[in-house]
Amino acid sequence: MAAFSLNVNGQVQNVDVLPDTPLLWVLRDAIGLTGTKFGCGIAQCGACTVFMNGKPLRSCSIPVSAIGNRAITTIEGITGREAAAVQKAWIARDVPQCGYCQSGQVMSAVALLKQVKKPSDQDIDLAMNGNICRCATYHRIRAAIRDAAKSLEG
Amino acid sequence: MTLHDRNISRRSVLTGGGALAIAFHLPRLARAQAGAALDAPAMPNAFLRIGADNTVTVICKHVEMGQGPYTGLTTIVAEELDADWSQMRAESAPVNAKLYNNLTMGPIQGTGGSSAITNSYVQLRKAGAAARAMLVQAAAQAWNVSPAEITVSGGVLRHASSGRESKFGAFTEAASKLPVPENPPLKDPSQFRLVGKEGAVKKLDVPAKTNGAAQFTIDIREPDMLTVVVARPTRFNAKIASVDDIDARKIPGVIDVKTLPSGVAVYATGMWPAMKGRDALRITWDEAGTEQRNTEQLVSEYRALAKTQGTIAAAHGDVASALKRAGKITEAEFVFPYLAHAPMEPLDGFLKWDGARAVARFGCQFQTVEHATIAAVLGLKPEQVQIETLYAGGSFGRRAQPSAHHVAELAAAAKAIGPGRPVKLVWTREDDIRGGYYRPMFVHRLRGGLENGKIIAWSDTVVGQSFIKGTPFEAAMIKNGIDPLAVEGSSNIPYRIENFSCDLHLTDVGVPTLSWRSVGHTHTGYAVECFVDELLQTAGKDPVAGRLEMMEQNSRHAGALRAVADLAKWSGPSPKDGRARGVAVVEAFGSYIAQIAEISIGDGGEPRVHKVWCAVDCGVAVNPDVIRAQMEGGIGFGLGHILFAEVPLADGRPVPKNFDRYRSLRINEMPDVEVAIVKSSEHPTGVGEPGVPPIGPAVANALARLGLQRPRRLPMVQGVA
Repeated sequence: MAAFSLNVNGQVQNVDVLPDTPLLWVLRDAIGLTGTKFGCGIAQCGACTVFMNGKPLRSCSIPVSAIGNRAITTIEGITGREAAAVQKAWIARDVPQCGYCQSGQVMSAVALLKQVKKPSDQDIDLAMNGNICRCATYHRIRAAIRDAAKSLEG
Repeated sequence: MTLHDRNISRRSVLTGGGALAIAFHLPRLARAQAGAALDAPAMPNAFLRIGADNTVTVICKHVEMGQGPYTGLTTIVAEELDADWSQMRAESAPVNAKLYNNLTMGPIQGTGGSSAITNSYVQLRKAGAAARAMLVQAAAQAWNVSPAEITVSGGVLRHASSGRESKFGAFTEAASKLPVPENPPLKDPSQFRLVGKEGAVKKLDVPAKTNGAAQFTIDIREPDMLTVVVARPTRFNAKIASVDDIDARKIPGVIDVKTLPSGVAVYATGMWPAMKGRDALRITWDEAGTEQRNTEQLVSEYRALAKTQGTIAAAHGDVASALKRAGKITEAEFVFPYLAHAPMEPLDGFLKWDGARAVARFGCQFQTVEHATIAAVLGLKPEQVQIETLYAGGSFGRRAQPSAHHVAELAAAAKAIGPGRPVKLVWTREDDIRGGYYRPMFVHRLRGGLENGKIIAWSDTVVGQSFIKGTPFEAAMIKNGIDPLAVEGSSNIPYRIENFSCDLHLTDVGVPTLSWRSVGHTHTGYAVECFVDELLQTAGKDPVAGRLEMMEQNSRHAGALRAVADLAKWSGPSPKDGRARGVAVVEAFGSYIAQIAEISIGDGGEPRVHKVWCAVDCGVAVNPDVIRAQMEGGIGFGLGHILFAEVPLADGRPVPKNFDRYRSLRINEMPDVEVAIVKSSEHPTGVGEPGVPPIGPAVANALARLGLQRPRRLPMVQGVA
């Protein structure tokens, strides 16, 4: 075990875990932020997406020892215009079905809109195709991202 | 708080006064006493609870795994209660098969077969109407007016002439003391304000599923809880010969290692040490008698069987002589792979027990079976075991498990570590995809004959495993060698053909199999709809008109087919600008779905599906937007599997382990989808599964119009796994 001091959602979190523990399990098991989900463990499905210094990251595939003092943001900690617009659009379109992958979907969508104000369909595909939804809610995800982008124009 | 305290505190809440009111406290009682409340009064009170704060909580007997029952069941109650949608809540029912059995499953409480709405519709209308009548009666007594003069709308009781009005909460206690009307009057459907109305409701579970707040089983954290992963054999049904856990026990955070009937369990303080501990185990497996065949061996054995006649499932006319008369025989053989369900939340479960009482929490799909399983493994009486059903992160059939193997393992893990240590057992994705319980492999061999452009002969030989055989359901379901779930859709095609037969060979393979979203229709829908299309193409007929010619004109199959043709502005199958359209229509679980897919050949020769039009006739459309969502999702789920998914076996072992080689549909492969809901006053039927089957044959039939053969072997894109 080893002690780490992490910056998660703007707060300092001190944890004592195995140094090779993926960030995902530190967030979920040590800190108790369970909104970030486990789906595959090999960065194939995107359910574990968080931000590191504002950029999306698959938390299942980075050891806690590699984080240092970089800022981690989870679904519980997202704020700002883009996050609000995405979550509002998700609700308006009733996007989720089982809902398990949706934290990761929302994180990837927020990251996209922070970077690209008016995403094309191709931008959406590129930003979102690392996030698997076995319920296949993709049709609504695409529509909700377009809605969110539109709502941010004003 | 111990389990015991917890129950005592619930009982004292219960007896502590009428705050919960209306006699709708039964579920609390049922929850506190698990299966013990068998003599409790029946509906309506088991299905809803009205709070003094005006909230109406619907007690849902079906697990919410994305298919929408929390919203659908709540809509039905709110409709008859004349409640406002904003006051509605949903929660899961406790285990009680007398109150909460699935009416399509007899005495079993469970979810499956797309039956949540169809079996609850009348039951919950009556529950809502009874509660409404009781509230009206209580208000009438309080206001000293006739109940007939009281109206209810938007959650408000009104007496127009005196100008009095009140929300429900003020009368819940008085209403709870009134007798429950047995046959309360139900609304005329013309008066519906929620059922069937666009935009009338929003899904109840959505907000918490956009901000990480929704609680799944994997999210459970409790003091002293241990996380458990299990090392299972890489060949199905292998036995443990020896275990060396010395290195596993050295991993910091690993608390214990125990041998269970299903494998070797590692108990740890969290998921990572549990996984590391499992990696460090050295296990020798006794693989005697396990399955050793490759997929290709199975395919050739199945193909050989398909050339012989199996047990007849359905037949009329004389296929052999009609085929002779037809001259040219059209023949097609279709091979379907093993498929994993791979729900986003892998199997998991939480259980704590103190030696005398047990509480399990998980996305429970067959409460009756799983409750009995936990009790049996722990050596407890059923009334000592309680299940709290949580959201399930998908299932697609994986949690609908007649063997309850996953729950038996959970209980065995709790038992092995002993009372007082809560356990959370989690499957990894590798455990999930290599874990068996697949949609069985199937081969269909079809033969058909035409005479003057008319199909006069049709035979379909089906070869595959039964997942009912060897389960408690076998005796009731398998008759004369026919497993109806293996031939549904093949033994009862919607086309009038004078000479018809469907026969079945059941095979024995040492790979556990299971129902998979839309069950037999996952393969029969493809085989039948590809083959009829091929015969129509040979006969030079239009795929839509040709199908309609062979159907009863006023049938619901025909209605769905005409509706989708209208929606897509169908003008024939001829390709245009490199794109072609294919059609298919499948009935599953009493719902009728027709789809038209527009495709081209995309990168690397993979079929590219641009747009899918879908018409659905599921009777009364309770929640139109949930129905659309299930069609969209069913199409995406079906498409991903027919394009990419298979679990091949190498020497009896499943090859893919994770999403890298068990390829799932991604957003860039998702077509645009447009759904039309056929207006109907028929009894509502399900939508969770039936959206899946038509997409495969619709794509295959479009490929045929681009000059390619309808894919004879799925998945269409080979070589991923």
